[in-house]
Amino acid sequence: MSNDAEFRTCPDTGLRIHLPAEKLMKANAVVAVVFLLIGGLFGLAVALTRWPAVHLLPAEWFYIALTAHGADILVVWIIFFEMAVLYFTSTVLLNSRMATPKIGWVAFVLMVVGALMANVVILDGSSTVMFTSYPPLKASPFFYLGLILFAVGALLVCFIFLGTLVIAKQEKTYEGSIPLVVFGALIATIIAIFTIASGAIILIPTLLWSLGLVPDIDPQMYRLVWWAFGHSSQQINMSAQIAIWYGIGALLFGAKPLSEKVSRLAFFLYLLALQLGSAHHLLSDPGGSMSFRVFNTSYAMYIAVLGSMIHAFTIPGSIEAAQRKKGLTNGLFEWLRKAPWSNPVFSGMFLSLALFGFLGGISGITMSVQQINMIIHNTIYVPGHFHGTVAVGTTLAFMALTYWLLPVLWRREVFMPKLAQWSTWLFGLGMGGVAVFHMAAGHLGVARRHWDMAFAGNPLGFEYSATVYLFMGVAGIAAVIGSLGALAYILCTVGTLLFGKKRPDTAPAAVSPEGVEAATTYGNHGKGWEAPGSLVLVGVFMVFLVVYYFANWKYLGSIWGIR
Amino acid sequence: MSTHNTLTPPPRDWWRLPIGRDEVLWVSVAVLWCVIMTFMMIYWYFAGNQNQAGEAYRITPEAFEAKAEAMVEKYTIRTETELEVPVVAVPPGGDIYLVSSQFQWNVIPELKLGETYRFHLTSVDVNHGFSLQPINLNLQLVPGYDYVLNFTPNAVGEYNMVCNEYCGLGHHTMVGRLYVVE
Repeated sequence: MSNDAEFRTCPDTGLRIHLPAEKLMKANAVVAVVFLLIGGLFGLAVALTRWPAVHLLPAEWFYIALTAHGADILVVWIIFFEMAVLYFTSTVLLNSRMATPKIGWVAFVLMVVGALMANVVILDGSSTVMFTSYPPLKASPFFYLGLILFAVGALLVCFIFLGTLVIAKQEKTYEGSIPLVVFGALIATIIAIFTIASGAIILIPTLLWSLGLVPDIDPQMYRLVWWAFGHSSQQINMSAQIAIWYGIGALLFGAKPLSEKVSRLAFFLYLLALQLGSAHHLLSDPGGSMSFRVFNTSYAMYIAVLGSMIHAFTIPGSIEAAQRKKGLTNGLFEWLRKAPWSNPVFSGMFLSLALFGFLGGISGITMSVQQINMIIHNTIYVPGHFHGTVAVGTTLAFMALTYWLLPVLWRREVFMPKLAQWSTWLFGLGMGGVAVFHMAAGHLGVARRHWDMAFAGNPLGFEYSATVYLFMGVAGIAAVIGSLGALAYILCTVGTLLFGKKRPDTAPAAVSPEGVEAATTYGNHGKGWEAPGSLVLVGVFMVFLVVYYFANWKYLGSIWGIR
Repeated sequence: MSTHNTLTPPPRDWWRLPIGRDEVLWVSVAVLWCVIMTFMMIYWYFAGNQNQAGEAYRITPEAFEAKAEAMVEKYTIRTETELEVPVVAVPPGGDIYLVSSQFQWNVIPELKLGETYRFHLTSVDVNHGFSLQPINLNLQLVPGYDYVLNFTPNAVGEYNMVCNEYCGLGHHTMVGRLYVVE
């Protein structure tokens, strides 16, 4: 049973925090930030190499840095942070103790060991296979083993999350249904279990193959199953970041969902479609019938896309409704203009939401169209797309949440708050620029994962246009700006832990002046529009999406006949 | 708790509470759009000229290379560069066996404008990418699979085939050529 001595009550928020869980949250978040720094520096080196005028690294180191950047950011940083989010949502938000803290530490150690192991064999040059490691390219066995250990650790945390939900229910630490944010985290956890199982199904035989115990791995089968891991893990990120967006709406504005039913259904749609996303990566591959392709790539008629489109309205809508109830009712956008833009928790959250939708969302929907995929597949458009999802979406959402968590978990003032304010803008707009200009260069044919787009000295080489070079140069500058934002975030985070001023236990909440108290109640339904400004915003989004979508069809129709 | 937000449990009757008209409107638009997007792909499959599902067969590298050798012997019209890459002019409607390997393409195909050719694409070692520039047509080449697609070029010119799937440390040197003539 729960023991009061194991809890403290946060003086700012009134939340009850289970101390063993808090230690794990802190440990996972700190390691996450360390790997953001390592992986981010590799990313910067990659960006400076692809900036044609700089072309920083030699070829071998470029491919090493690219492999490390993918593994450290897409897996290590994001999943460590998500582990902290799972501990937070299941214990603090449910007012519960966590299940089996000891296993939490076992998981933590497995993940740290796995991450370090993979990094060592990437850096020694024995595993330069890119993060996707398609056989028959072969990495060191420790590369696969490292990923497997990491995944087992993450799987343990998923089960601790589920165990904690059971404890909270049994000990009646809350009444009724779990909160929406916890529901979003639960969906992320269920997707994570499927994802990690897929990873195990493919990485264990691949490990055995690299050890010489299995004769070969079918390269096409590998791509299908690996992407059930690689793609679904992005759906974990999406569910987690959306839960965070909803949560920040409540922390800063007291926002409640416009409708619990609709928002929960939107999360649930992810669950129905999660295993279909793998096909997005096989659209221009040999094998697979047209019906397999269309059914899978559309998530069975776009039901996962539908989920995201719903959140795209209900999240700003819930904030708008809360702001309007506080009296910010002038015009369509007073609620947004007078939002706390100088608070990095808000600016990070809202930029993340908007950029994810406009950059990651629109590009993702377009490139996953079966036929359009062949004018995009494996061009640098693809990294453009996923910097529009995991960089400006997931990573920026995590940054925003960090600025709220720092005072709560560490009881310290954020170090250099002005820099913190800048960090979300620099990172969001910089990485947004990377996304846009990589997509633009991809439309003009630049290959991804490619060291030399000039084909220097190659008798069969050719020249891309000056426009392409311009786009790649601007993308390089944008990457530097984004990296400065990430460095500012890391500086503020680590600085807070080391030098942040201790918060007195009676201080008022500085990060969330409105606190969690701001009341919004039900009762407006059916009487006029609740969130007209948000409707206009999603209307603008829809126009962009429709125009861009059909422009790509038009371009596709102009190329060679392919049948 | 008297107030409720996304961080607190919802009211007991949350399932029965009505949905506002903002959400009904937006969800309807979104559902309609999802249906349109699904049918666009099906429509294009029947009415469009660009569909890359194609045909695929399992094949060993040896068997594929033998067919490619036979093609080179029969249809080579000249060689180019100091590597003496054969330029092959297969008659319209014929089979072109394009072999990708670390870090080269076996031939320089020469096609006639408006004619259709049956391309066989594969790799004999690791995954490669077929990225035809400047039209930006991109396909995945997977070892062990013969990916068969009918290409009908619609513009004369010199094209380049860039490998855009990482295939090893010499990946960026893998580039080839393709001609379309009158």
